[in-house]
This record gives sequence, structure tokens and C-alpha cells, in this order.
Amino acid sequence: MKVLMVDIDKCTGCRACEYACSFAHDGEFNPLNSRIHISEFLDDFVFVPTYCTQCDEAYCMDVCPTKALTRSQSGVVELDYDKCIGCKQCVIACPWGNIKLSSDAKRVIKCDLCGGEPECVRVCHAGALEFVDVEDAVLGKQIRAAANIKRSAVAGV
Amino acid sequence: MVGGYAGKILRVNLTEQTISTEDINLKWAEDFIGGRGYGERLLFDEIDPRIDPLSEENKLIIATGPLGSTTAPSSGRVMVITKGALNGTMACSNSGGHFAGELKRAGYDMIVIEGKAEKPVYLWIYKGQVQIRDASKLWGKNTKETDKLLKRFTHPEASTLQIGPAAEKLSLISNITFDGRRMAGRTGIGAVMGSKNLKGVAVKGHLSIRVADKERFAKAVYQARDILSKDAFSGKGGAKYGTAVLVNVINKAGGLPTRNAHDAYFDNAASISGERLTKDHLIKAEACDSCSIACGRVTQITSGKYANNKGVGPEYETIWAFGAACGVDDLDAIVMANYLCNEYGLDTISAGATVACAMDLFEAGYIPKSDIGFDLRFGDADAMVEAVKLMCEQNTDFGRLLAKGSYRLAEHYGHLEFSMSVKKQEFPAYDPRAIKGIGLEYATSNRGACHVRGYTIGAEVLGGLDKSSYEGKAKLTKKLQDLTAALDSSGICLFTTFGLKAKEIAELFAAATGFDCDKDEFVKKGERIWNLERIFNIKAGFSADDDRLPERMEKEPIKSGPSKGEVANVSEMLSEYYSLRGWDKNGIPTDKKLKELGLEGLL
Repeated sequence: MKVLMVDIDKCTGCRACEYACSFAHDGEFNPLNSRIHISEFLDDFVFVPTYCTQCDEAYCMDVCPTKALTRSQSGVVELDYDKCIGCKQCVIACPWGNIKLSSDAKRVIKCDLCGGEPECVRVCHAGALEFVDVEDAVLGKQIRAAANIKRSAVAGV
Repeated sequence: MVGGYAGKILRVNLTEQTISTEDINLKWAEDFIGGRGYGERLLFDEIDPRIDPLSEENKLIIATGPLGSTTAPSSGRVMVITKGALNGTMACSNSGGHFAGELKRAGYDMIVIEGKAEKPVYLWIYKGQVQIRDASKLWGKNTKETDKLLKRFTHPEASTLQIGPAAEKLSLISNITFDGRRMAGRTGIGAVMGSKNLKGVAVKGHLSIRVADKERFAKAVYQARDILSKDAFSGKGGAKYGTAVLVNVINKAGGLPTRNAHDAYFDNAASISGERLTKDHLIKAEACDSCSIACGRVTQITSGKYANNKGVGPEYETIWAFGAACGVDDLDAIVMANYLCNEYGLDTISAGATVACAMDLFEAGYIPKSDIGFDLRFGDADAMVEAVKLMCEQNTDFGRLLAKGSYRLAEHYGHLEFSMSVKKQEFPAYDPRAIKGIGLEYATSNRGACHVRGYTIGAEVLGGLDKSSYEGKAKLTKKLQDLTAALDSSGICLFTTFGLKAKEIAELFAAATGFDCDKDEFVKKGERIWNLERIFNIKAGFSADDDRLPERMEKEPIKSGPSKGEVANVSEMLSEYYSLRGWDKNGIPTDKKLKELGLEGLL
């Protein structure tokens, strides 16, 4: 199983992911309709991508009265528009703000990982977003942390 | 369907306090693309080229291109078109950032600002509502504070543009800042905005941008991104070192103007290099809308007398201007001067080159110490920063003089030959004696000396051409000027040309807009734009006499380094250039050329 991972240190704040996401899903460019969102914290020049992490215990799915939200075999919480009645309970239930209303307020929108080939990852030249096997998800972080420890060890600290 | 454009122009008259919208003219969109080209066509139509740039009659146009607000690579460019305050040319300065996308999604390809407000105001544009609001709480604030306050007063995710105190006081080298951190720097556009009592604009988009052919566009985008990822600069180098990577490169070529161009080789270049900046100052790389290059620098000063200051930049040109041009090798001081200019809103190229000019005049004995208040010598980092402070604050006669740029400074002291400028605009960080083509570019650039109207350096230093030869440089300059005019108008960044050719850019434009356009047609549009600018300037009073470099370039050979002994002789290339342009020997477009470009009747 693969998961979407983010490395905040690498994000340059270009927002190509927002454009690519909206274009992949709706055929037009509108960051308000992007399932991934870049928040800027300019005092520290930190850019934080936030997106649906397909929670194991998905409140959006639990609260849905019509079972429009279901988990697929690959672990993605998917939205069936034929069953969705637009009650927006899922929007309220999501603690992260990662399931939302489209900018015209007509649809609930949610990350579907583009069927296994996320556009946000494809367009991210900085390498801040990766779609990786779950067992490798934190490997990069582990190795970087280990490298720090190694540096200290070599330096005899 | 025509795609790419938002479809409307927003017109704000600050004298009458009126707001109106109009549809874009699709014929102009096809012929002039958007951004720089379309904005200039509109300005040409609406103002008399002879007006005083700081008069109420001048207009300020904030324009986007049809590739903005998409995944097209580096498509965050926004252009400001006006009659420039520094020199009265058809001025167009552009900036990156995220403003262009927000403006387009607010429904407007451009804003035309007319007249002059009675009191300081700012604009707030959101969901079809445009408000002219009181800016008395913002007036006097620096660019960073203004950006923060504008976002607080409007929307946390609004994008903003603003002027700093320098432009409020009508400095002729003041810029316009976007989101407190990116600048449309050149030609004194900030002063035009200041003269209108307009402190800032905040905009938040809510609409979508559509393209004409989705599949074709997506294919063109990923092809272009793929090409860019393979180039050394646009792939990795830009993010790692920023534009400052050029300090060592250009110095090693013997083309880094040093001590107000008395030389073109700086012994201490390594201590102010991009590599050094990355090591000592860089916190992270930051990118404009949809940009994979991420050349933006977020930096800090960690030690010394300027410790604990933090900001953006400096760029290569800035490091040169406060560094080599002033003979200064203290990178902390250069970074600090850069921060000051950013906060007060000054063009760092003109600011640094003006300090260099002042140092030169002082050492030659033409500026008395009593005018300045301290010794202003080449190589004195503290004096350089103090001079920048005087220029920023403009609270002394000398500070006010510095804020007018090197031409007025040198004129004031009776020695115009000390101003390294063309059409009153300071030239940037490439020496025309060492690199011949860039001299022709400086001489003929429609907004005064400039490297980004036709960046010959790519071919002359980084590519295979002989930089010391005049041969083929007229053709190269014309080709790059035309391509860049078209590119600037499309809304993507000049740096995409590190990888992309006219073919790929034309394909992006055609796929987005639906206009039939191959590479030749795309470059032809650029040529049309270039000629329109030339016609405006001719009508404004410029002539072939203005297409020349300062005499130092011809008379004073480079003293040291790899280009020792070289001088620049632009006239070697100028007549060939006029001829290739289809202009007569006086540099005036012929009837035949005007007809070919569909510009007949405009001269």
C-alpha cells in the first residue's frame, strides 16, 4: 500500500500542486478546488502542505448518513457522488479541514489519490510530496536523523 | 473557445473614485499576447507619450499573461506597465510571486489605474467587489509591514502589492513590491504609483482559469517541465545557489563591472559569491507560482554588526551592485543593504550603482565630504550601508539626490560621464567591454539599460559564442529581444529559457489560448511588441542618440583580469542591428516594417 508523504523542509511554496490537483479533477485551474492546500507562514517562510491522509478511523466516513464515503481495497476513502446528498456532515466532522466544499458550494470534494497516480506528486519538482510504499514512508526521515547522530558520534560529542 | 485569459479588465479612476470593467479585446490578445504586450498596447492608446510620468495623466497598468494561474512552468509573472518615472520610456517591470494568479482568478487579466487619489488609498478586490479604501494607517510603513497589514485588513490569503516609503517620497528608482517579498524593480514604477497616492492593492481570487485544449496543454506543460528539470540551473542549481551563482562565473569571464566600471574583474569575488551566500546566509529556497526552479532566497545574517536581520535575497545583480560595483567584499553588508532596499522599496540595481557612482565622484573630488557627512570611498562597507540608509530615508539633501539615481546625481555634480547608465537607467552586472552583445542590448533596450530584455549572456558566456567578438551579436540581440517580449507577455519567467525554446513556449501559449501559433508567429508577436515600444519612445522624444553607452565603455579599457584592455564599441553593431530590425539609419521603423507588423498608422 502506498501513502502520500510530505517533507515540509523541501516545500518551496510554488503551489503547483494546488493547480495540478484542481486541473486533474475538474479540468480547470482553481486552488480553492484543490484537495491539497499550501499554507504560508511568512514570518518564518514556512510552507505547509495539508491534505487528506485517509484516516484509519475516518470520521467523515462514520458520519456519512448515506454511506457515500467508503474505503476502497487500496485504503482510500472514496466519495460516491451518486449517493452523496450534500449534507456536509463530513466537512464538519473532518478535524483537519481536508474534506471541503467546492468553491461554487455545489459539491463536497476530497482527495482520491488520483486513482493511484497523484498529480500533486507528479508536478512537485522540489520533491516535497512523495507517493511511497508505506514501509518506506519515513525511511528518508529516519536516515536523515541517523545521519545527524552519526555526525555527532564521529565528532565525538 | 479562447482560453488562458480571465476575460476582463478592471479600470479604477482614483480622481473620480470610479470603478468599471470591460471585456478584453481579443484581437489585441492575439496580436500582443497579454501582460507586457497587451498592457503596452493599451497604454499606447490611452496616454500621450510626452506627458510627465508623475502627472495625473499617466496610467499604471498591472497585467498578467494567459499562462498565469496554471501549471505552466514558472508562470507567476506579473507585469507593471507605465511611462517610467526614471526616464520617461515605455516602462515595463515584472515580478514573480503569487499576485498574478489571484488577480486572474478574481476575474481580471489586468488593472488599469488612472488619475490620483486625494489622500493615500489602497484597493481591495474580491468576489466582484472593488473597494477604494483609506490607507492612512499604511502610509509610511515599509513593504513588509504593509503586506502584513493589507492581509490583516482584507483576507489572510489575499495577495498584495505595495510601495514602500521610497516611492511615497517619489524616489525615481523606487520599485513595487509583491507580497512583501518580490519586486518589479526597474524604471521607477514605484514613484508613479506613489504619485497616485496608491499605497497598495490586495486581491483574492475565487474563479477558475480554463485553457482551450486541456489535453494538449497538460502535455505541453509536462514536456516543458521535463526539459527544465534537466538543465543545470533550472533543474537543481537555481534552488541551490539562486542567481548569485553567477558572481564567480561572470567574474571568471572578466565581465563583472568593478568600482563603478573602472574595472571588470573583482579580486574578492569569491567572498561575495553565490556559493558563499548559500553557505553563510541561505535558510531556504522559495518559489513563485508553479515554479520548479525556486531561485528565491530566504536568508539571514547570523553574525557581526547586522546579526539577526532576516529577509529575502540578494540576487546576483544586487550582490554585484552593493559588492563589486562599490568595491565592497563584505557579504553581510551587502545582504543588509539589500534588506534595507527591500523594506523601503528601492530597485537594488539602481541603488547600488548609484552608491558606486557617488563613491567614484567622491574619490575624484567632485562631491565634497560636507555634502555626504562622511567619507564615501570604494571598498568601505560601512559607508556603503550608510549611503543606502540616506537614500532610503531621503531626509537629507544628499539622500534625496541619491534617491533620484546616478544620472541625476552625476548631472548635479556636473559629471554625467560618471553615471553608468543608458537612457538614465543604471546598467546591471555584466560589462559591455568584456561581453560585446550585452552592450548592444543595454544601448537598445527600450526601457534603458537592462539585461533582461535580451539576455545575451546565455549565449555569450554560458554558451558557445565568442564574448569578445562583435560578429553575430546584432542578430543575437534582436532575436532574444523579440523572444523575450513575447515571453514576458505570456506570463512565464525568463528563466524558463534556460531550457525552453520558442517552440515549447509557443506550444504552451497555443494550447492555453487556442490561438493558432507556432514558434515563428510567437517571435513575430514579440517583434511587434518591441516595435510598439520603440514607437512610443520616439514619440516621447527619444532618438538614435540615446542608443549609446556611457563614454567610459568606449574610452577606458578594462584594467585587469581575463578581459584586460578591452573596450566596447556599440556602433560596430548598431547599424547592422537597425538594418536587421527593418529600421532606417536613424533607428526609426520603416513603413514597410510597420505594415508587416500591423502597426501602420501608429508612428
